[in-house]
Amino acid sequence: MSHPIEDPNVPTPQSEVPREWLGTPQEIAAAHSSSNSRRGFLFKLAVGLNALVGMVLAAPIIGYLVGPALKKDAENNSWVSLGPVDAFPIGQTRLAEYVNPVVSPTDGETAKTACWVRHAEDGNFQVFAINCAHLGCPVRWFEQSKLFLCPCHGGAYYIDGSRASGPPERGLFEHKHRIERGSLLILTGQLPTLSTEACNGPKGSLKTLVQSIGADTADTTGRSAWNG
Amino acid sequence: MERLKKGGLSIFNWVEKRTGLVKPLGEMASHPTPGSATSWWYVFGSAAMVLLMLQVVTGILLALVYSPSAGNAWHSLQFINHNLPLGWFLRALHGWGSDFMIAVVLIHMVQVFLFGAYKFPRELTWIIGVFLLLCTLGMAFTGQVLRFDQDAYWGLGIGASITSRMPGIGPQAVHMLLGGPIIGGGTLSRFFALHVFVIPGALLALVGLHLLMVLRLGINEWPMPGRLVRKADYERNYAALTKSTGVPFVPNAAWKDAVFAAAIMLAVMACAFFFGPFGPGGVPDPTIIQTAPKPDFFFLWLFAVLAYLPPEMETAAVLIAPPILIGGLILLPLLASEGEKHWSRRPVAVIVLTLIAVTLGTFTHLGLHAPWSPVMDSWSSDPIPAIYLEHRTPLERKGALLFQQKQCRDCHSLGGVGGKRGPALDSVATEMTEDQMIRQVLQGGGNMPAYGNALSPAETEALTHFLRTLRGPGLRPAYDASQGLQPQNASHPVAP
Repeated sequence: MSHPIEDPNVPTPQSEVPREWLGTPQEIAAAHSSSNSRRGFLFKLAVGLNALVGMVLAAPIIGYLVGPALKKDAENNSWVSLGPVDAFPIGQTRLAEYVNPVVSPTDGETAKTACWVRHAEDGNFQVFAINCAHLGCPVRWFEQSKLFLCPCHGGAYYIDGSRASGPPERGLFEHKHRIERGSLLILTGQLPTLSTEACNGPKGSLKTLVQSIGADTADTTGRSAWNG
Repeated sequence: MERLKKGGLSIFNWVEKRTGLVKPLGEMASHPTPGSATSWWYVFGSAAMVLLMLQVVTGILLALVYSPSAGNAWHSLQFINHNLPLGWFLRALHGWGSDFMIAVVLIHMVQVFLFGAYKFPRELTWIIGVFLLLCTLGMAFTGQVLRFDQDAYWGLGIGASITSRMPGIGPQAVHMLLGGPIIGGGTLSRFFALHVFVIPGALLALVGLHLLMVLRLGINEWPMPGRLVRKADYERNYAALTKSTGVPFVPNAAWKDAVFAAAIMLAVMACAFFFGPFGPGGVPDPTIIQTAPKPDFFFLWLFAVLAYLPPEMETAAVLIAPPILIGGLILLPLLASEGEKHWSRRPVAVIVLTLIAVTLGTFTHLGLHAPWSPVMDSWSSDPIPAIYLEHRTPLERKGALLFQQKQCRDCHSLGGVGGKRGPALDSVATEMTEDQMIRQVLQGGGNMPAYGNALSPAETEALTHFLRTLRGPGLRPAYDASQGLQPQNASHPVAP
């Protein structure tokens, strides 16, 4: 045998509604009183009150959210030592590491950053960000061909950081630097991109290095290969 | 037994009386579907939803262990991979599930487009679908960031670099994206919040709306040439068609959805089991620069586009093209809401779709091989083919050595091995005269850097002597015809 399945969504059939449930005259009068417009006004007022509370609440929320964007460059950037100048022999371009001056407790290894330090033949220093000026991938220095090459999209830069070829539209980002008590210091603090440059280096310097130069400046690797 | 049945029924009735959920669900399940719309072509939407559920479940399980801090994320993934029982499998399910989900969502979109299902009255269903696609891609990108390895780190750098091109608000936008001045703890935790709370919330809400609208408007009928959509009478015609050919969704269409969903789940599990989880790759240490970052499969096309865009077009293209593409997708159903649904009567639609598919396929293929990237170790690892060194003078061999030492090989292949950034040089001597070679090497040009500062005159001479031997057998090197009048032309060596 089967049970009749009652549909629970159908309300039980109504019989006479008891008098107590028909509402007292006061209740009925209150519900139909002319104060509807007053309630409508109060409701609008309440909505307005909540809008006000919402706006007051929005201020700290938006402030918290956009906080990172409101910091000035000067607050992010500071001078960082790359170690003694002697660590960068003349005529060489070397990778240097440092810890970013602005760190948070959960940064881990990402607080570390690297840069390319060029100690030119004339004694001057140039410090390049490792981030390609195209899309920020890490460029590698090739001593033999005297080029920085980017692994992502093939951007290439000359020894002085100027653009050689590929998709970058400018040279490498350059850090401001100074030498203080035998140490090389650079001004750094934020990921260098086209709008957050490492410093105010010569923008988009498109130096062309065309003419061949004397044999005395040929790199040592090439010369030893000649002899060997 | 009888009492148990009765008891169970009364509990069900008690709950249903208070929630009223089962009855409408039953009505949804049995909603009439045009008989033609119970085809196997209609299974992709439900499969995408099942994959979303898989992602939610596996995502929650991974979040039990994953640590969203830049210092620990990579290690916690290694821990899941190697120290948790079946942790690797869960990560693999989540990773492959994501790839399958994007693929199924794209196929679903193509099917809907080809069947004209976006036309009246389902325009908004399509528009919500566009946002679902964006959410899905957003999940894929943020998920790739949570894998916090080298690719994730440099991928963020690429994201920041693209953002920095926004005019006026570049610096602020970059720092908003990164949650600080550098890629670090603040960056990972905000991508975690996006991946785990913000986008999934939007995704689930939009999927609910999408599904509700499918139920409300009915499943798109199988398109027939000549069965035109007109706003004036479509709803009446659809109702008539559903009345004459309609069948309850369950079981007529649902069984195919269920079978396909099971097949997709089995495929995800098989891929996860046989191919394992994605990474994590190298430690996200920005001082390790020996890396060649690459995005995940579904972003490879973008990686390739960014390599090929001319520098002067790049900022405009990356800022203007996405809004145009997304705007086009959103406007499509509004601009073409009536007319033919059948693909055989919509040649422009088919051509556009084919063009997009071929374009994306080509760029993805290029992204896989990245021919624009120098092969950074070719100069030190790939030997010059021996045949190019036989019967050569010492000067020419010296040139061959320089060809390797100066890293020419990283961009130019010999014997099919080496970089593909520049042209292969196996027959360069038949195409360029000695003077042209010297000019090209020293001054660069056409995407080649100038080597004037990296080569001494003696080295340049040796290199060009070697390059002049690179030509097909029995072929003479190219020469400047105007110099043919001069006596020193005789000094051109002949092919060995």
